[in-house]
Amino acid sequence: MRSRINALAFALMVITSMLLVACGAKAPAAEPTTAPDAAAAPAATAAPSTEAVTIRYGLWDGNQQPAYEACAAAFTKTNPNITVKVEQAGWGDYWNGVQTGMVSDTAPDVFTNHLAKYPEFASKQQLVDLKPFIDRDGVDTKQYLAGLADLWGRDGKTYGLPKDWDTIAVVYNQDMLDKAGVTVDELNNAEWNAKDGGSFSQIIKKLTVDANGKNALDKDFDKTKVVQYGFIPGGGGGAYGQTQWSHWAVSNGFKFNDGLYATKYYYDDPKLAETIQWYANLNLVDGVAPALADIKSLGANALFTGGKGALTTDGSWMIGAYTKDTKFKVGFARLPKGPEGRKSMFNGLADSIWVGSKHQEESWQWLKFASSPACENIVGSYGVVFPAVQSGVDAALAAYKAKGLDVSAYTAQATEANGTFLFPVTDHASEIGPIMDAMMDSIMLGQKTAADGLKEGNDQVNALFK
Amino acid sequence: MTTHRQPRLAARREALYAWAFVAPSLIGFLVFFAVPSIRGLLMSFTDWDLLRPAKFVGVANYVRLLGDADFRHALKVTAYYVILNIPIQTMLALGMAVMMDKFSKSTIIRGILVLPWLLPNIVVALIWLWLLDPTMGFLNQIIMGLGFQRQPFLGSIDQAMPTIAAINIWRHAGYTAILIYAGLQTIPKELYEAAAIDGANERQKFLGITIPLLRPVLVFVLVTTIIGSFQIFDTIAITTKGGPVDATRVVYWYIYEYAFVRFKMGYATTISVALFAILITITFIQMRYFNANSSDLD
Repeated sequence: MRSRINALAFALMVITSMLLVACGAKAPAAEPTTAPDAAAAPAATAAPSTEAVTIRYGLWDGNQQPAYEACAAAFTKTNPNITVKVEQAGWGDYWNGVQTGMVSDTAPDVFTNHLAKYPEFASKQQLVDLKPFIDRDGVDTKQYLAGLADLWGRDGKTYGLPKDWDTIAVVYNQDMLDKAGVTVDELNNAEWNAKDGGSFSQIIKKLTVDANGKNALDKDFDKTKVVQYGFIPGGGGGAYGQTQWSHWAVSNGFKFNDGLYATKYYYDDPKLAETIQWYANLNLVDGVAPALADIKSLGANALFTGGKGALTTDGSWMIGAYTKDTKFKVGFARLPKGPEGRKSMFNGLADSIWVGSKHQEESWQWLKFASSPACENIVGSYGVVFPAVQSGVDAALAAYKAKGLDVSAYTAQATEANGTFLFPVTDHASEIGPIMDAMMDSIMLGQKTAADGLKEGNDQVNALFK
Repeated sequence: MTTHRQPRLAARREALYAWAFVAPSLIGFLVFFAVPSIRGLLMSFTDWDLLRPAKFVGVANYVRLLGDADFRHALKVTAYYVILNIPIQTMLALGMAVMMDKFSKSTIIRGILVLPWLLPNIVVALIWLWLLDPTMGFLNQIIMGLGFQRQPFLGSIDQAMPTIAAINIWRHAGYTAILIYAGLQTIPKELYEAAAIDGANERQKFLGITIPLLRPVLVFVLVTTIIGSFQIFDTIAITTKGGPVDATRVVYWYIYEYAFVRFKMGYATTISVALFAILITITFIQMRYFNANSSDLD
């Protein structure tokens, strides 16, 4: 009896240890990918590989997939041995896939990267430093619009080459403006402040209509029976409020932090608090904007194209989503002028190479092409996004014009002196996100005042850097 | 002499058969449960972030857990869900089982009752997400058609958790009823006949015979549904993602958030270990309190 139990125990131990060994063996295998080793440095001369290679390229914007597939075809024409496979997944799934792919050794070779994401990948040594490649091949990083390339470097290393940029503008429903007697000119020249919303607030009220046909300027306006909202906010906006509140806040004198890789946020700034309170009160007090629950269920874009409201603010990458198949005429107006002028977040995407790629040289060749005028002009011609080089922008403007769209509100914002501020790039973005998401939502729902909520959120965020 | 060896050999062969039968589930248990559990436990003492090699941090994660107000909130929200979910679901299931036992033995009706349970959780959550949409949802169209204000349901802090509990009651009540129905079949009919002869009414029969004799099955149902209820995740992942704000941020979602949004695998496993300890304790108390291992039929 005794020996039998011992034999069994021994057998179990053998099985268990085999399993542990099997599980443990994966880690060392992944080691070379996590180590910033010499393999990342390019050979002095690019070895002209003749072996057939397939590069996997990841992006999240489905609208851009055809454009990059066209680029990939053009690339393969000049590099016959390299095939580029474009893989697309929606924002949430995309980042889950990239992250878990890095762990399981299946991430794409080259992938579209975001400013809120790349510092973490870089600090976890998942991105190839492109600097040696750039120097070797003499890529001119000055070809990109001012400031874009700088966002992708840290401590002398470069983790991405810019591919496109975006700004924010006001989106309007032409029919609703006409009916309320608001001109596009009025909208373009509107002013805004956090105290009473300025003339922009008056326009919003004029465009809000209740079931009795009265607008929000009317004394008898019934805010419980609104049939048309003057403004559709994009939601709470979380840590950055890129399309939601960042333009209001910065034009009110707020700044997120002290620049690239700052270690302190200023969410407790009273200037932000009064801005956010104004923004939340559009629904909570004035009733000129839909409730957060409605915005979350469908999204501001669907509410707008469904004819539920007259105005919203959104990014240039959304132009197609607003104009395609919409039953009324949609236009784009300048952001209102705040106390500090008109300010839009200037955000840029870039392509990065994953360190685990088995074909880093070929990946670089593709990345270099994708961020060169040759490809960006192709992408621009699809009219879905503004490329990072000027010739690409011109191609995009021509494409928009061919579609009958005036998108100058976005480009004018980008070229205006001091018209933009950069996306706040810092460490701990993946933790700042959930903290500020919940905080902004609780302010939007009226659970907390902006002043209290932002103070609390700021303390939690800054504690991450300690 | 030989008479001695014969039974020993038989016993040995019998034991060999026994192990052969146990082996598949034992290996499954080891591979898919024991090893991952132990690895999880070890992980909870590290700061692993999925990509960098893990560093041993001692009990730092556990110390942090003790002071984590968000974790306490997650426990509270989870407990709230269990309280909303279990009593109503069990009562409904018991009612349905007794009805079936009394009025219908039709397999079709039984089939219809388990239908919601046969649907994948994701599908159930998606269907209800659309039906309950604050603006376009079918249910709100009916509510407005009847002249009432439309309701935000999953979009409101107050309504989100009761709505999720209702969805899961809808999904699980039928299945739970089938389990209880099976338990009802084990109660000898003579007991009811004897009670009827003694002049007992339906209520007395239910409270005096059905409930006591059903106890082992009820305990089994309660233990499994309560554990399942504490592990609520997929409905929330599809519908509210822990929101609005943190109204539905249950423990499982909190673990997921730390593991796959914040990439703090070490702390995520620490929360898992804590939840495991809590569930073991609850189950132990239930088994003790309800005396699940003995039946009143003996």
